[in-house]
Amino acid sequence: MKYFPFLWATLWRKKARTIFTLLSIVIAFLLFGMLQGVNAAFQLGVDNANVNRLIVTSRISLTEALPISQRQQIEAVPGVAGVAHASWFGAYYQEQKNFIFAAPVEIDDYLHVVPEVKIAPEQVAALKQNRSGLIVGAETMKKYGWKIGDRIPLHSTIWVNKYDGTSDWKFDIVGVYEFPSDRSQENGAFFNYALFDEARTFGAGTVGWWIVSIKDPNQSAQIAAQIDKLFENSQDETKSQSEKEFTQSFLKQFGDINFIVKAILGAVFFTLLFLTGNTMMQSVRERIPELAVLKTLGFSDGKVTLLVLAESLLLCLIAAALGLLLADLIFPLLKDTIGVVKLPTRVLVSGGLIAVLLALATGGLPALRAQRLVIVDALAGR
Amino acid sequence: MIVSLKKVAKRYTRGKETVEVLHSLDLGIEQGDFVALMGPSGSGKTTLLNLIGGLDRPSEGEVVVAGEHIDRLSGAALARWRARNVGFVFQFYNLMPMLSAQGNVELPLLLTKLSAAQRRKNAQTALTVVGLADRARHKPSELSGGQQQRVAIARALVADPTLLVCDEPTGDLDRKTADEILGLLQTLNRDYGKTIVMVTHDPKAAEFAKRQLHMDKGTLVPGNMP
Ligand SMILES: Nc1ncnc2c1ncn2[C@@H]1O[C@H](COP(=O)(O)OP(=O)(O)OP(=O)(O)O)[C@@H](O)[C@H]1O
Ligand SMILES: [Mg+2]
Repeated sequence: MKYFPFLWATLWRKKARTIFTLLSIVIAFLLFGMLQGVNAAFQLGVDNANVNRLIVTSRISLTEALPISQRQQIEAVPGVAGVAHASWFGAYYQEQKNFIFAAPVEIDDYLHVVPEVKIAPEQVAALKQNRSGLIVGAETMKKYGWKIGDRIPLHSTIWVNKYDGTSDWKFDIVGVYEFPSDRSQENGAFFNYALFDEARTFGAGTVGWWIVSIKDPNQSAQIAAQIDKLFENSQDETKSQSEKEFTQSFLKQFGDINFIVKAILGAVFFTLLFLTGNTMMQSVRERIPELAVLKTLGFSDGKVTLLVLAESLLLCLIAAALGLLLADLIFPLLKDTIGVVKLPTRVLVSGGLIAVLLALATGGLPALRAQRLVIVDALAGR
Repeated sequence: MIVSLKKVAKRYTRGKETVEVLHSLDLGIEQGDFVALMGPSGSGKTTLLNLIGGLDRPSEGEVVVAGEHIDRLSGAALARWRARNVGFVFQFYNLMPMLSAQGNVELPLLLTKLSAAQRRKNAQTALTVVGLADRARHKPSELSGGQQQRVAIARALVADPTLLVCDEPTGDLDRKTADEILGLLQTLNRDYGKTIVMVTHDPKAAEFAKRQLHMDKGTLVPGNMP
């Protein structure tokens, strides 16, 4: 592009102002990248949710337990392919910040209903043989440097082990699981429900929630309604949701992240619009005689308009690229907190699109002004 | 005849008022001429020059320059025509402050199909013609008034137009520097065959031209008619 040197020189004619504007845009896009990244990380869980599964929880609250006796009735509902359960254990390793999503399960049922979880068959067998066996997610395994055969304590924030009276449950690591379709789910562990149910001091005979796989995802609403109907007016009323709805309502506990992110970014970009727009307007106003000279030299109205737009595009794209690059570098540092390793490409792409929109919005008025400029008036300072 | 104006009138409307600045003006300029346009302030010199250079259109009459009815060209076509046919020199040089002398001179060539190397070479040639080859890298702020006006002349020349229009090119310069610039214009007229129309208030400057035209109140003063 032969106009580049000209555009570049124009952009930097007031260095301090350009740097100030550039920095504001860089920071806005850094913020955009980070917040959208976090948002996308949460959304990923929703998107990865399986449409073939229902999650059945207590109607009263997510943490209220359900009786294990509900199982046969759920299994009998037409269209149900399999039933498994899991329970809250609230585990951490050594320190509270080392949270591990450990769940007591009946492993065969669980793998039947959640086939995305991959465990070597001999390790599944080992878990069934060893009552205090533990199968650990590949990510967690790596994080703490554990090996198969290690005996490790997990502290439960909910349950006391009645055999030794402590909350530190000891487990033997007998295997590793992987979750190839969503690596962020490899921060967890499974152990035997039999041990859990027998050793806990209260709540025996209950489960945290049911995981129900169904044959036809189109029927999920009907089946969910049917299950809830089964337990209507009983002591343990249920609430059945598709896995997607469940993940969404689970995330709602932390507030509407999507909304918060959008609101913050909306405010930031609104401010930016005025800031950058003002800079561009000022820069064009100062340059009226220069733009008139360009037209005198034979640059058409259209070309001058494009040059002004290109200048604002150049500014916005450089700044957005820097901001998003920074976000891309910093985002992986949040891995421990949100579990996603890379800033999703879709965030980068939408950042680029927003940069273009910002450039058009802020360059539009100045470009129009440049286009309308009448040579003889501008030259005479009218 | 490179410039031919017939019954040209120019009116400006300010609010409800309409003022006629040029009244039914006729003018012819031959190829290779060097014309000085003189007259009191407000007599319409700049207005006339702008019409000849295709920066503005007449309210009435016809303007034929370099064989083109420029009063009939659309905005974009007129812009293209200017790029090919006219070079402009202003009183206050009107250079781009952020570009070097070289960059300023290359500017009109961005509108041509020339390669980057060709553009650089042509700009250097133009700077050599005005005697500023050694200042190519300087920004306007690092040049004297006379040097800036030379850069402006190089910019007007670089696309090799047949016609140069100059609005008080020495109005902001001291006598000696003015004479140098006028000498340069004379050379361009004599040795390079450029037709030049120059507005000036300065009788001494007008002496550098081949002939002088006088304007008053929007018409050419009789006795100077070609
Ligand atoms: N766009 C315009 N709107 C209104 N009036 C105008 C406009 N352009 C020029 N005029 C008027 O036309 C008259 C002639 O102006 P012009 O600039 O041609 O004079 P000039 O001979 O170049 O004067 P000077 O020697 O001061 O440069 C002036 O009275 C000026 O106010
Ligand atoms: Mg004038």
